Amino acid sequence: MTPVRVSIAASIASVLLLLVVLELIRGRRLKERYALLWLVTGLVLLVLSAWRDGLNTIAGWLGVGTYPPAILFAAATLFIVVVLLHYSTVLSKLTDENVLLAQRLALLEEHVRRGEREGGPADG
Amino acid sequence: MSSVRRIAIVPAHNEEGAVGGVISELRAFDPSLDVVVVDDGSHDRTAEVAAAAGAFVVSLPFNLGIGAAVQTGFQFALAGRYDEAVRLDGDGQHDPRELPKLIGPLERGEADVVVGSRFAAGSDEHRPALARRIGIVFFARLVSLLTRQRVTDTTSGFQALNARGIAIFAVDYPHDYPEVEATVMVHKHRLRLLEVPVRMREREHGASSITALRSIYYMCKVTLALFVSMARRYATP
Repeated sequence: MTPVRVSIAASIASVLLLLVVLELIRGRRLKERYALLWLVTGLVLLVLSAWRDGLNTIAGWLGVGTYPPAILFAAATLFIVVVLLHYSTVLSKLTDENVLLAQRLALLEEHVRRGEREGGPADG
Repeated sequence: MSSVRRIAIVPAHNEEGAVGGVISELRAFDPSLDVVVVDDGSHDRTAEVAAAAGAFVVSLPFNLGIGAAVQTGFQFALAGRYDEAVRLDGDGQHDPRELPKLIGPLERGEADVVVGSRFAAGSDEHRPALARRIGIVFFARLVSLLTRQRVTDTTSGFQALNARGIAIFAVDYPHDYPEVEATVMVHKHRLRLLEVPVRMREREHGASSITALRSIYYMCKVTLALFVSMARRYATP
């Protein structure tokens, strides 16, 4: 069985995570797009922490007989992996866009300089 | 007609087949109306078609999504010191001949933001697909509840704004499904919102870019954004 104190501590930690994420969104330091995964993580962990029978049952299904709270660690780890993977895709997209922006800017600068040299509005 | 400087903001993503028609209809409606097409990273000839039709064209270097595209239009309008902006989609579903219904309340000083609704009383509109209708009704109810003002069409991109609306949205505008959250922002900024019934057309070109799984994701995201938006503090003009 899951010790009561483990459940309480894990529940508090999950609630704290949820509160911090919500406050970050409210203060515009975190976009909803990136916050959803964290909110799902917090909610799942909260449910697993507070719903002790559920945690024990799931532990039983997965063959974890000795120490059900191990499922909490497993769930937390899984979600962290998902969040990190998501960040990698976001980072890749940002890299591509950053390159494109730098290229556009360089081309634009050249265009403007040429226009200034020729003493008229740049075209072509 | 009047000395009001007005601009039409037309966000367009791969709408080469429709955007030219939208611009010429706008010109036919009011030849003095300026038009800016925000080409949201199109891979087709949207920008060329729009420029050839006589619009200002702002081409984003890659697809930023509808919210950021529209916001770019508001920034253009703010920089150009326009008094009023109307917003309509580049796919031709918004009929410029309906614009007087949107502009009228602005001119009479009855509202700061006017939204054309397919579902407001007096509008006999075609019914969208079921999934879309569920989303529209859900958000209409939720936004009505939050803002304590009855709204029927929170996903309508057919809008007219005065300079106050332009100034606010140029600085801060939401992303996916921006109109839903923008409705709440209008309320929080204490601007006056008015819905008027309008007729909309079937999309001329392309299909709605929303699939079932995505729409569930958007529902969650936008709902979260709505509640967060209500919890935020905004400067009231």
